[in-house]
Amino acid sequence: MENMVNVYFFGKKYSVPGDLTIMTAMEYAGYTLKRGCGCRHGFCGACATIYRIKGQNELKTCLACQTQVQEGMYVASIPFFPTDKRTYEIKDLRPNQQVMMELYPEIYSCIGCNACTKACTQSLNVMQYIAYAQRGEFEKCAEESFDCVSCGCCSVRCPAEISHPHVGLLARRLTGKYIAPETEHLQNRVAEINRGEYDELIEKVMQKPISEMQELYNTRDIEK
Amino acid sequence: MYTQEMLDSIKKLEASREARMATEPRRMTADEKSALLKAYHPDYREDGFVEIKVGPNKGEKVPCELGQLLHSNSRILGEKIDLNKVDYDVDVLVIGGGGAGCAAAIEAHEAGANVMIVTKLRIGDANTMMAEGGIQAADKPNDSPVQHYLDAFGGGHFAARPELLRRLVMEAPDAIRWLNDLGVMFDKDAEGNMVTTHGGGTSRKRMHACKDYSGAEIMRTVRDEVLNRKVPVVEFTAAVELIKDEKGQVAGAVLQNLETEDYLVAKAKTVIIATGGAGRLHYQGFPTSNHYGATADGLVLGYRAGAPLLYQDTIQYHPTGAIYPAQIKGALVTEKVRSIGAMLVNSEGEAFMHPLETRDVSAASIIRECSTNGKGVNTPSGKGVWLDTPMIEKLHGEGTIEKRIPAMMRMYMNYGIDMRKVPILIYPTLHYQNGGLEIGGEGFTKAIPNLLVAGEAVGGIHGRNRLMGNSLLDIIVFGRNAGKAAAAKAKEVELGTMNLDHLQAYAEELEAAGATAEGVSPMLLPNYARHER
Repeated sequence: MENMVNVYFFGKKYSVPGDLTIMTAMEYAGYTLKRGCGCRHGFCGACATIYRIKGQNELKTCLACQTQVQEGMYVASIPFFPTDKRTYEIKDLRPNQQVMMELYPEIYSCIGCNACTKACTQSLNVMQYIAYAQRGEFEKCAEESFDCVSCGCCSVRCPAEISHPHVGLLARRLTGKYIAPETEHLQNRVAEINRGEYDELIEKVMQKPISEMQELYNTRDIEK
Repeated sequence: MYTQEMLDSIKKLEASREARMATEPRRMTADEKSALLKAYHPDYREDGFVEIKVGPNKGEKVPCELGQLLHSNSRILGEKIDLNKVDYDVDVLVIGGGGAGCAAAIEAHEAGANVMIVTKLRIGDANTMMAEGGIQAADKPNDSPVQHYLDAFGGGHFAARPELLRRLVMEAPDAIRWLNDLGVMFDKDAEGNMVTTHGGGTSRKRMHACKDYSGAEIMRTVRDEVLNRKVPVVEFTAAVELIKDEKGQVAGAVLQNLETEDYLVAKAKTVIIATGGAGRLHYQGFPTSNHYGATADGLVLGYRAGAPLLYQDTIQYHPTGAIYPAQIKGALVTEKVRSIGAMLVNSEGEAFMHPLETRDVSAASIIRECSTNGKGVNTPSGKGVWLDTPMIEKLHGEGTIEKRIPAMMRMYMNYGIDMRKVPILIYPTLHYQNGGLEIGGEGFTKAIPNLLVAGEAVGGIHGRNRLMGNSLLDIIVFGRNAGKAAAAKAKEVELGTMNLDHLQAYAEELEAAGATAEGVSPMLLPNYARHER
């Protein structure tokens, strides 16, 4: 047999090939995953997982789809965690410090323990982005939290009971909508289309015979 | 991390880099592309397809694995399901919680409809979340929707339905505006201009992006908006069949709670199928870049209810899937890596093609390099070619990779590969279903007047190949339209008596054709569990 390792899913021991991820190792062991499995490529945060290596004290968090198994790994998946999303109408908000105080006041209870940052499966500086949110520095919060996949490992570990991914998301929406500069060429093009300026042109190209379209396509100039 | 053979090949790649960077590889002629596709693209492998024996597309080709599902009986054939016990009664039922489903739900809600989403995993567990590279829209002064139309029409081999493609390109700028207004953070310069790049087959730089988390940024924003609007979202609940009435309309769907396995009845005046793609069917044994739930469920239940498919025999293999290390086999390496400068290089250090040909041509070219040409690099999962990522920082300066493609850098760093310093190995991965259920310009299926389809489950928008960045676009354009159209239609629909008679009729048709396959459909979840006995 290839290089096998012993892993423990919810405390039960399985022998699995050492080159598998935690997710594929669970399937190798016979699990049909319903929860705790989404995109399988590190983008959706469905497979938040907590583990400890036998004989070591440190508790680690990871995405099961992005993490290779190791000998002696004690694994528990976190298929759901009750984070607390507040609802709002984005068009009624303004990007001022008041917003966070009203929607996510618990961020001001942060005790600076840095457990969120340590738990982040994307290696983000979570405590820092919460600090930016506290100060109403939404653009910085948005940038720092941008790669968040909302797995929730930060919230699982937070003694102040903060739902960090929702805070980052709010900061990003505020940034995208209100703080980032407006795009003039986009507004112009939407207006041109609404005025019908392309209607005739598009109609004409739709009516062309395929042979003419092939000629147009094959000889079109390509921007350098 | 790399084997000695790989390291030796990297030396050749590094030796040729300077010369390669000084010259742009030639683009293929139309005839060269056509010959290459016929010889190497998986769509042309006859043994990958079977003939459909029943239903509206009888006699046409379909991938074997989808054919198996279309030739299977319903999971609930013969089950006693009391349709009079209605668990959900809504105007608009959206099946699927990805980008198209959420866009549809937001617009239906905006139009005042009572709308709900059912999804077999979580809201946002969708291919949208994993789209990395970007979204197209012709909004720059040197570009126009007509130019976008030409690129997409030609890239799709002149097979796109003009009325659908017109909508895609004409409504693209407004889709970007809508997303921007919802708070999606597009990459912009200090003046607010969108930072745009090329994709394979584009003639203008119109690829808008949110780093290489473009789909994730769009998905989490529209998901947040759905939740803010308090649209009911029923998760871990699959639609297993459509319900019809005696007038030939759809009247809702039978749902199944995946955890308790209990059946539920959702009654609806209009239904939107937004169930996404089929990568998890692993056509021709390919790995896939798709999410866990991409099993073509919507195609199966739409087809069984009588809605025709279109271009169900054309599949997109993304040219650059990860082939090494094995843990990320099949994972998408965004086309943006090539948009910002990386070349495709074979084992001998040669740039064997222009890096920005269309996806089908690029995939076929890589397959040729790894087979007939014998210039692939060996990996435990099969052969691959190099994507010369260090070129990116030589072209655009240090820090570009971390800033523009952080997800890619992170994925490889997990396995000790620093793509800023060494190239990465790729091979085509099953990425996108070009075909799907046929719709008209307003989003309705042609056979069933109150059934709509949006997103990857639609066929005909892109023709026989899709350009990068046109899928994130189509889920928003056609998702929004479907939501609006379904809400309006719901006001005039009068439902008759709900029934599931079409399941029995389909079974009889299969039986009569001698085509009944083993097993049941839709698949719902892939069968990955290994059992020793």
